[in-house]
Amino acid sequence: MSLILSTKKFLDETGNMARFVGRFFSAGIRPRYENKELLNQCFIIGYQSFPLVGLTSFIMGLVLTMQLRPSLVDYGVESQLPVMVGLAIVREIGPVITALIFAGKIGSSIGAELGSMKVTEQIDAMEVSGIKPFKYLVATRVLAATLMLPILTILGDAVALFGAYLGVNIKSVTSFSLFFLQVFKSLSYSDVLPAIFKTFFFGFAVGLVGCYKGFNSNKGTQGVGISANSAVVLSSVLIFIIDLLAVQLTEVLGLN
Amino acid sequence: MKATINPHSNNIDTEDNKPVIVIEHLHKRFGYKKVLNDFNLIVERNKNVVVLGKSGSGKSVLIKCIIGLLKPDSGNINVFGDNIPKLGEDELDQARAKIGFLFQSNALYDSMTIRENLEFPLKRHWVEIADDEVNRLVAESLENVGLAHTSGLMPSELSGGMLKRIALARTMILKPEVILYDEPTTGLDPVTSREIEDLIIALQKKYHTSSIIISHDMNCVKRTADVVVLLLDGKCYAQGSFEELQLSEDQNIKQFFE
Ligand SMILES: Nc1ncnc2c1ncn2[C@@H]1O[C@H](COP(=O)(O)OP(=O)(O)OP(=O)(O)O)[C@@H](O)[C@H]1O
Ligand SMILES: [Mg+2]
Repeated sequence: MSLILSTKKFLDETGNMARFVGRFFSAGIRPRYENKELLNQCFIIGYQSFPLVGLTSFIMGLVLTMQLRPSLVDYGVESQLPVMVGLAIVREIGPVITALIFAGKIGSSIGAELGSMKVTEQIDAMEVSGIKPFKYLVATRVLAATLMLPILTILGDAVALFGAYLGVNIKSVTSFSLFFLQVFKSLSYSDVLPAIFKTFFFGFAVGLVGCYKGFNSNKGTQGVGISANSAVVLSSVLIFIIDLLAVQLTEVLGLN
Repeated sequence: MKATINPHSNNIDTEDNKPVIVIEHLHKRFGYKKVLNDFNLIVERNKNVVVLGKSGSGKSVLIKCIIGLLKPDSGNINVFGDNIPKLGEDELDQARAKIGFLFQSNALYDSMTIRENLEFPLKRHWVEIADDEVNRLVAESLENVGLAHTSGLMPSELSGGMLKRIALARTMILKPEVILYDEPTTGLDPVTSREIEDLIIALQKKYHTSSIIISHDMNCVKRTADVVVLLLDGKCYAQGSFEELQLSEDQNIKQFFE
């Protein structure tokens, strides 16, 4: 019985979310566009997330290098350390870690912001004064998240590689240019492009889930907390699912 | 979409008794709970109709149906001849430009300054509005509520009474012809309540608006009402002037006046 109920709830939720996506596209495409608010959101979502993404990426690059070195030393291929680390960061760890950090910071803040606007009737107030909340609040945030995450990922990858360079230099000495020459020589377009491409979808998922949860927030402060929390949980899970689909797709398309 | 109304048109012909809102056979339920059950009401021009009712009786639901935030299950809501539940998105926007709504919770945008709060609805309804006109309207509406000095502050920096006034200013800035007030004095001390009532009455005189006021504050009802309506069991249970209802022997009516 409870299985049937929870299946029904899951299907309802999926249906509502699909409708939400539909509304996003229909509202987002029709003019007028909220360009000023879009820029504002790009600033908040993109620029203001960079310090956090930079810090975590740097540490991740550094630690990854330090962790990988012993095994490579065992196999006697320590010279391949930059190549290994570079591939790992660019193809997988950079995009996913950045997206997860992004989900934690942006997903929760969008969920909480729209959630509290919903419960304090600010969204209704917009509607009443002739502003389409879907355009002004949802379309701008989803678009900003979709556009900013790829940029953050590229910057995060760069910082992570710098961290890796320092990591390599802890025990052996490589010049900056030699390190990056080695990394870039080992990377091909088929390593870089699919990895960046999937981050558009990560960003879209984070923005959309945050807005969806906020928009459907229940009354009360607890409701807002729940929206913020479930926005992070659901978008993090979606990031892994999209990642899984992306790796399958690149395999099928022979982009490996 | 461009709005067709003009912020300066105060030359509304003061032909009384002409209905501006006509509600017929309104039904609204949430799940199994019938909140409005065949509700009927007529609001005439330049009249204040006060809706009385217990907490949870559906007063907020009623005026949210009028502004189109909630869709009734059935029934007609005519505002200036437009049947609100049947309107498309753009027509609804046009119709809403003539209706002001004061939220029970004020619903001020807490991430914006007072000034931005007031500008926000303006920039939408008249796309072509010039900057100095915006400034003039913002100044005028802040002056109306006596809070000209707060324009740069955030809503979190103001007291409850001040917030209510700012919300009133934001409602009035579009010069609506009909205003729906959701419990304008609830939660305020008696002195501040009186000030808000005075403001409502003064603005009413100044701009010749008709309104529906939801309240269970009897002082407010007495001072503002031309017509009092009692909402009970989803119906318009009684209707009349304040004095008429006050003298009623009906137990259901009496309990509000004790
Ligand atoms: N969106 C909604 N979903 C489900 N039920 C609702 C919704 N909005 C209102 N209700 C229900 O409708 C009933 C009437 O609510 P409403 O807010 O209109 O009461 P009210 O008369 O304004 O009370 P108060 O004086 O406390 O503001 C309540 O029982 C409430 O639970
Ligand atoms: Mg209410």
